Amino acid sequence: MAAQGRHGGKKSNKMTALVVDDNTVNRMIHHRLLDNLGIENVAVVNGKEAVDIHCSGKTFDLILMDMDMPVMNGIEATRQLREMGIRSMIAGVSTRSMEREIREFIEAGLDDYQEKPLTMSKLISIIHKING
Amino acid sequence: MERNPMRRQLQTMRKSLFDQGYLDDQFVQLEELQDDANPNFVEEVVTLYYRDSGRIILNIEQALERKTFDFNKLDAYMHQFKGSSSSIGAKKVKAESTLFREYCRSRNGEGCMRTFQQLKKEYATLRRKLEAYFQLARQAGPVETACRPK
Repeated sequence: MAAQGRHGGKKSNKMTALVVDDNTVNRMIHHRLLDNLGIENVAVVNGKEAVDIHCSGKTFDLILMDMDMPVMNGIEATRQLREMGIRSMIAGVSTRSMEREIREFIEAGLDDYQEKPLTMSKLISIIHKING
Repeated sequence: MERNPMRRQLQTMRKSLFDQGYLDDQFVQLEELQDDANPNFVEEVVTLYYRDSGRIILNIEQALERKTFDFNKLDAYMHQFKGSSSSIGAKKVKAESTLFREYCRSRNGEGCMRTFQQLKKEYATLRRKLEAYFQLARQAGPVETACRPK
């Protein structure tokens, strides 16, 4: 899948993604899902690492953000990334089902929210929002 | 219809894992991520799951040995455990996890302990069944065409 990223100046047309999740199993599955779609991806284990990787100058077309993580959770990380001016598509991915919790996550700056486990069809629906 | 008897046995084993409620559709999602470049993806994920979740089980066991239960901590551990279990399609394990969390929320220590014992049984049973399944899958060899009954 060759897609123009949200950020210009990329040498490659390949879409890029950042997986932010403290769970090893989920990181492995999300990595494989993205790989299958031809999306170059990197994984970090908490919100702070997600912020740090952006501070280092890297940007991504898509960020898959878990909610519950140690050190810095997904809500705080999303908030900070938006305050930094990061305009990437941020999709929250969590097992939380309470409306109040999901609303707080969305209000932090998400573009989309999907309940875990993430499937190929859910990921494709997220990507359509980037391209559409 | 699968001609290879070992493949037939594998299909039967797989079908029973779903029919008996051990696995749900998420397992199929993992199978669909498997290809020639990643022929053992499902087994790798399941192996990782048992490695990681084993630590959480231990944490919960230790927490349940305490005189006073920290239900918030127990719930947090189980939230993590349930997430992983859900990601591999471990249906019965996930159901016990949900029940455990309900007991945590209602501060029912006995319920937690009882459910945890059942959860460990389901967890161990699934592990045995999946190990047997993957062993047979390795013996049967790769399929040439994707032909997975739902």
